[in-house]
Parts: sequence; C-alpha cells; structure tokens
Amino acid sequence: MSGIVSSEAHKPPTERRTNHGRGFLTVLIAAMTVVAPLLLPMTAYYLNLSMQAATYAVAVVGLTIVLGYTGQINLAQAAFFGLGAYSVALGTVSFGLSFWLALFVGIVIASVAGVVLGLTSLRLGGHYLAMVTISFQQILTLVLTNWISLTRGPDGIPGIARPLVFGFSFADGGTYLALCVGTLWIVGFCVERLKHSKLGRAMQAVRDNELAAGVIGVDTYRTKVIAFTLCALLGGLGGGLFAGGFTYISPDQFSFAESVVFLTMALLGGVRSPFGATLGTALLILLPEWLRFLKTTYLAVYGGAIILLMVVMPEGIWGFLEALRRRLWPPAVTPVGRVAPLPLTTQIADEDDSTILEVKQLSKHFGGLKAVDQVELSVGRNTVHALVGPNGSGKTTLLNVLSGIYKPTTGRLFFDGQPVTRLLPHERAGRGIGRTFQNVRLFTSMSILENIIVGAERPGNAVAIGSNSVEQHALAALDFVGLVKLRKQTVQSLSYGHQRLIEIARTLAGSPQLLLLDEPGAGLNTVEKSELVQLLKRLKRHGLTILVIDHDMNLVEQVADRITVLNFGRRIADGPPAEVLCNPEVIAAYLGNVKTHVAP
Amino acid sequence: MAMGIALQLLFTGLGIGSIYALVALGFVLIYRATNVVNFAQGDFAMLGAFSMVVLCIDMQLPYWLGILITLAAMLVFGALFNFAVYYPLRNRGFQPVIISTIGASLLLENGVLAAYGPRPQTLPGFLSFPGFSVGPIFFDSQYLLILGVTVVMVTLQHFIFERTLLGKKMEATSQDKEMASLLGIPVALMIMLTFMYSSALGALAGILVAPILFVSVGMGSSIALKAFAASIIGGFGDVIGAIVGGLALGVVETFGAAYISVPYKDAFAFIVLVLFLLFRPQGLFGEKVAEKA
Repeated sequence: MSGIVSSEAHKPPTERRTNHGRGFLTVLIAAMTVVAPLLLPMTAYYLNLSMQAATYAVAVVGLTIVLGYTGQINLAQAAFFGLGAYSVALGTVSFGLSFWLALFVGIVIASVAGVVLGLTSLRLGGHYLAMVTISFQQILTLVLTNWISLTRGPDGIPGIARPLVFGFSFADGGTYLALCVGTLWIVGFCVERLKHSKLGRAMQAVRDNELAAGVIGVDTYRTKVIAFTLCALLGGLGGGLFAGGFTYISPDQFSFAESVVFLTMALLGGVRSPFGATLGTALLILLPEWLRFLKTTYLAVYGGAIILLMVVMPEGIWGFLEALRRRLWPPAVTPVGRVAPLPLTTQIADEDDSTILEVKQLSKHFGGLKAVDQVELSVGRNTVHALVGPNGSGKTTLLNVLSGIYKPTTGRLFFDGQPVTRLLPHERAGRGIGRTFQNVRLFTSMSILENIIVGAERPGNAVAIGSNSVEQHALAALDFVGLVKLRKQTVQSLSYGHQRLIEIARTLAGSPQLLLLDEPGAGLNTVEKSELVQLLKRLKRHGLTILVIDHDMNLVEQVADRITVLNFGRRIADGPPAEVLCNPEVIAAYLGNVKTHVAP
Repeated sequence: MAMGIALQLLFTGLGIGSIYALVALGFVLIYRATNVVNFAQGDFAMLGAFSMVVLCIDMQLPYWLGILITLAAMLVFGALFNFAVYYPLRNRGFQPVIISTIGASLLLENGVLAAYGPRPQTLPGFLSFPGFSVGPIFFDSQYLLILGVTVVMVTLQHFIFERTLLGKKMEATSQDKEMASLLGIPVALMIMLTFMYSSALGALAGILVAPILFVSVGMGSSIALKAFAASIIGGFGDVIGAIVGGLALGVVETFGAAYISVPYKDAFAFIVLVLFLLFRPQGLFGEKVAEKA
C-alpha cells in the first residue's frame, strides 16, 4: 500500500482542526472497543459471535476494496478466507509452526492465489471475474473435502493454537477478541486512507469509467489486479484470525454460500466504506441470532434482501447515512486563496515548427467496414489542427485509434518522433497524449476536484510529486476553466456545459503535450459554445497543441490553423482553413453537389 | 473393448453436454439482449425439474401435461423475473444487475429448499423403453431424447432469429437498444420476451436432465457454472459457440471422471475454462470487440 499518502497536511487550518477532532474521537472509540473485551465479562456465546463478526469483517473490508472502490465482483472471498484459516490450522496443528508464522504463510498463500486469479481474468470484463471466482471457490471446496491426507477432509481440524507474544498469551477468549478487534481497526483505517490515495483514486476511476481512466493515464489492469490481491490478502488475514478464534474449522465454513454471505454483508452495510462493511457484517451476524425463526430460510431472505438493496439502497446503510449527512450538512466551501496559474507548455517562444503527431497509412476496419482507410495526418507542434467530416466519416474512430482504445488494422503512429502504435491507452497518456470524449466521461461518484486530481496524477506528469503539489496543480487546472468554486460538488449536479469544461480541465491537469478534443462543442448552447471558443483560443495562445474534432465550422474556423477533412474513412482534403473550406470536394461532402451554395 | 467404453462415454458426454448447451443458450440470449450475465439461469432448470416432481410425482399428472404446465409457468416466471430483477436496474450498468441476479439465485434455491427440504428427489425416465444396444454401446433412451430435443430447439431458435420479424427485432435490440427503439421496436418488450424464452429454455433443460440426475436445489447452479464455462469456451455471446462449447465440456467431463478422478469431476470444467481464459479468451468462435468510446 505504498500509494497511501497524506492528504491532510495542506488543508486550511479550520478544516484541519475539525479533522483532528474527528480523528481523536475515532481513536478514542477504537481504543474503547479494543479494551472492552478485556474488561467486560462476556458469555461464551456473545464472545463467539463477536469473534466471528470481527474476523469476518476483516474479510468483508477486503470486498470494500475490490467491489466498493474498484467495481469488480469477487465471489470467492470465502475461499481466500479458507486459505488463511487452513494455513493457520494446518500450520499450527500438523506442521508445528507458530501461530504468527502460520498466519503469515496463510496471508501469502491467499495473496498469491489472488494475484494468479486476477492476472488470468481481469483483462476481460467483469462477468469473467465473477465466474472465475465462483469456479475457484468450487475447486477449493472440492480440494478441502477430498484431499484428506492433507486437510483431514470433511471432519475438519480441531485444536488450533492461539498466539503468544513476548510471553503474553492470547489464549484467553477476551484477549484474543481484543487482538481481532484491534486488527480490524487497523485494517479499516488503512482501507479508509487508501480511498484518498493515488491508488485509491485510480481504483475509483476504474470503477466509474474504465475507458476514461485508461485514457487519462490509469493502468487499469494493474489497478484491478492490485485491488483483487489486497482483497484476497484481507480474506487470508481474516480467515487466519478466524481459525485461531474458533480453534476448530471444517470445509463447509468456506463454501460458496459463505462467499455470498460476505457479499451480502458488504452490500448491506455499504460497499464503499470499511465502516459500512463492518456495520453490515455485525448486523448479519447478530440478526440471524436474534431472528432465530429465520434459521432455515435465512439465505433465501439474504437473496431477497440483495435484490431489494440493489434497487432501493445501492450504497447500503452507510452510504445512505453519508448521503443524508451531506444533505443536512453540506460540506462548507472554504475559499482556496490564491491559485497559482496553470503551468502550460510555453515552448511557443521557440517557434518550433516540427511535427508532434505523425499518422502514416492508418486504417481501421470493422469486419468489412473501412471506418478509417489509409489516412495520413501530421499535426504540427503548437498548432490547432481540426479534423472535420460528415457523420460516420471516421473521425471518432481515428481519435480512438490515436488514444489507443482501438488497435489499428494497418498503419503506424509516431508521437514526438517515437513509434506509439503498440502502446496501451495509459502508456500514451504517459507520453503526453490527453483526450476528451464526445459523450462526456467523468468519474461520476467522485468530487470534481478528485476527478481532476486523477488527471494530474498521470504517469510522467512533472508536477506529480507529493500530494500537495498535485492538488495545487488540479486546482490550477480547475481555475483555468473558471470552475474552481465547484470543486467539492458531484458530477451529477453540474450542467452539461460545465461537465465538458471539467473534462477538459481533467486532461489539462495532466499537462498534455497534445490535446485531443472529441466534439467539445456537441450539446452546448450558444453562450457555452462561445465560452468554449474563448477557452480554446486561450489554450492556443499558451501554445498547446490541439487536435479537435467538431461539426461546427464556425468554431473550427475561429481556432484552427489547419484542417483535415475525412469522408467515408478517407482523407479528402488537408490544408489551411481558407483553402480547405473552398475545396469543391469538401463542399460536396457536406452539402451534396449543390454548386451554388457555399459552406456554412 | 476400450474403444467400446470410449464410445459409450462419448455418447453419455454428448447427452450431458446437450444440457449444458441448452442452459448456455439461455445465458447467451439474455446476455445479448441485456449485456448482463444472468446468474440465476441454472435455477430456471432447477425450477423446471422441481415443478415436474410436484406435478407428476406428487400430483400424479401425466408427463405431457406436467411438461406443458411447467413450460407455461416458466414463461410467466420469466416475465416476473424480468420485472423484479432486471427492469428496475436496467439503466445502472451491469454490476448491480449481476448482483441482483445472484440475489435471485440465492432466493430461489433457498426458497425451494425451505419449501421442499434438502432431500434430493428422483423422477423416472419419460420413455417406457430403456434404450437399445448397438455392439458394445448402450443407447439410453433418455440421453437420446435429450440429444433429439436439443437438435430441435437449436434448429427452431435458428429459424426464429434468422427468418422471423420477431427474431430480427430481438436481434436488433441486442445489437443497439437506442437505435432499435428509434426504429419503433419496443425494447422493453423484446427484453421481457427474451427473459421468458430463456427461462422456459432453462426449465426444459431441467426437465430433460431430471431423470438422469437427482432433483436437488443445487443442481441448477452446478449446471449453470458449467454452461457459463461452455459459453466462454465457445466464444461468449455466440450461439454456435455455446452449443459446441457445451457438448465439448460434457465430453471432457465424462472422460475426465472415467479416466482421471471421480471426486474432482466438477473441477475439469473450471480447469478447461481457466486454460481458455489464459490462452484463448475470445473462445473458439468469438471475436473480441472493444468498447465504443
């Protein structure tokens, strides 16, 4: 979890003070819950329930990372839990290891299983992961039941030892529970901090819009594998503690049904917060004990509850409470003070007229359809280059090939003199190719500022050293489009025009060498459109290289230094605006063969 | 002799594989219509089998009537499933819908468990003659029936999708919902019809397989997992792929159980699945298409 960095240090003083207050309160509550099992007399019955809740919760917090933050479905958390538990059980009982060593081995085994599963299935869509995890779960159950010489089969393993630290024994139930609760707090704290780290933001970006995340520089595959591995790790840790807690385990405790129970716990409590996960776990462990009449049908009730939750309360109880709190006490927008200007590229002084992007003989075919056919394009440094053409002429397809979303059928791409044809979207972002989308693709459940911070955190962005400068840089980008006061709002609350500006700011925050804009004017009203033109002109004055697609000839004429026209996937004209707009072939493509008309 | 055993296993494997293929077809149809994998698909088969037990064993109805009532009931059930599990979440991406179908699966299995208890039920074969032998191979009548019905269903489905207006509307819906609705195709209705057909198809698989397997609440999900593996092996979303994948998986599993290990019979499907994911994720017939930007 090396990605965890402090984001508290540079907050304005008032904010910092309230956060300190809340932090102190949290630590106090944490300390009380850890000490409570040591002091309070507990019946064995409640001790067992609490032990189960605490150890399960560690595993469910793992689901917060993979499902809540990253949006991937893991239906094998009970299997990872089982790997941890069996490692502790077999390690201490059969192999005579110490508890801590066995626990460590269990965590390693669970994590390795997580890495391998993640690497095999996460390149593909979410369905595959769900099914592969179920398969893994089933295979593990088969192995635990049938490999009797190792696992002792369905009979299970009794007599699991509890740990010893510097002669201090955790053999007593209350002491061991305190250990579990303490671990849960530490895990919960780390996972909560993860959410506001670079890695955590990347995860949430993947969840909200995987395509956009890749294009602005998030290595989506790596992020998903890390998330899945962390989840498996916490499953192993929880399982290891569980084995020590109950001193007896058997294969049926780690079946597919338990994986579904883990999932239900996470969804009920609130999948996007470790507190929600813990709350859901506690509720689902205590409720069936209280509602004993449900004992035979509780899984059916869980099933119904899952459907209901997805429909009426998709964020779970914790998410519901958070939304309520935000409505009652909206976050105060403190003034940010002076925002430094955005350090855009200023090589314009160099009068550098070299080519930054070179497209050679590029084709993209979908089956028999030649969406892009043998296109040549070269974009000069510090120029605004427009790519126009009627609907279906292949503009967006070409842009998708440029940003790495599509692999070209044939042809080559050079950026800054380097071949980039084979690079993945996030690698191209790393080289300095930024883009926006025709249909705005923002990270809808993150705040505006967080959206832009993800953009600023692209690999290779010179400012991305330490979180303070990243946040300042993001604020600068937001200020550049004039929306700094909206930084704490959610995406949904913004007008469409503002969402477009936010998307541009997100890309600008990554200090792109080349900015690809896919129909930035689409869906804007006249006022918004003229503001957009002003913004493009400002970017142009700063010397940013832009490749813009748009239908609006008025907009294109005002900003473009050079225009390339596509029709039916082929380039039909290329040159300065005045020349291209008089080209009869271009006029024909736009208006049909009406010779008396002039292009609009 | 070894050859005879191998042929016998091949026949059995194809029979079981047909069941996987039928359930996989249901998966594929719903996936194409909604872009979501229905994790309760196997439970449609389980419901079909249990319905037969209730109607034909407990209530002593003749098989033909039991089958008709079951299929009709499952058409209605498919519509209800559409409204309860898919429709409210249709605009929220695939993840909430998947989770909701997992919830539905849990609800159905444990609902039946609560109503019928954990003891597996049996259903006698549909045909009065047990089968016939050709040389060393015994052709079991139930397996022949399964193979025959599978061929009929696949042909029928092919005909519906390729030759009828209804089929074309469903195909248009699966390719581009927005465009389909602009052309006046009632998208919501098409999706409901897909759910109805898929649930009846699943139930048919359950009815056919009931005399071979025990009728238990877990039978559906174990069939469904293999059917899903089958559809990945064939190429996800591809109809022919689902059928070939299902048949292939049935054969692999039967041979694996006979020659390698019986307790790990259920693991073979998953091992084949993981191998495909590693080396040929697009499956035998599939084509990987990137998301539209």
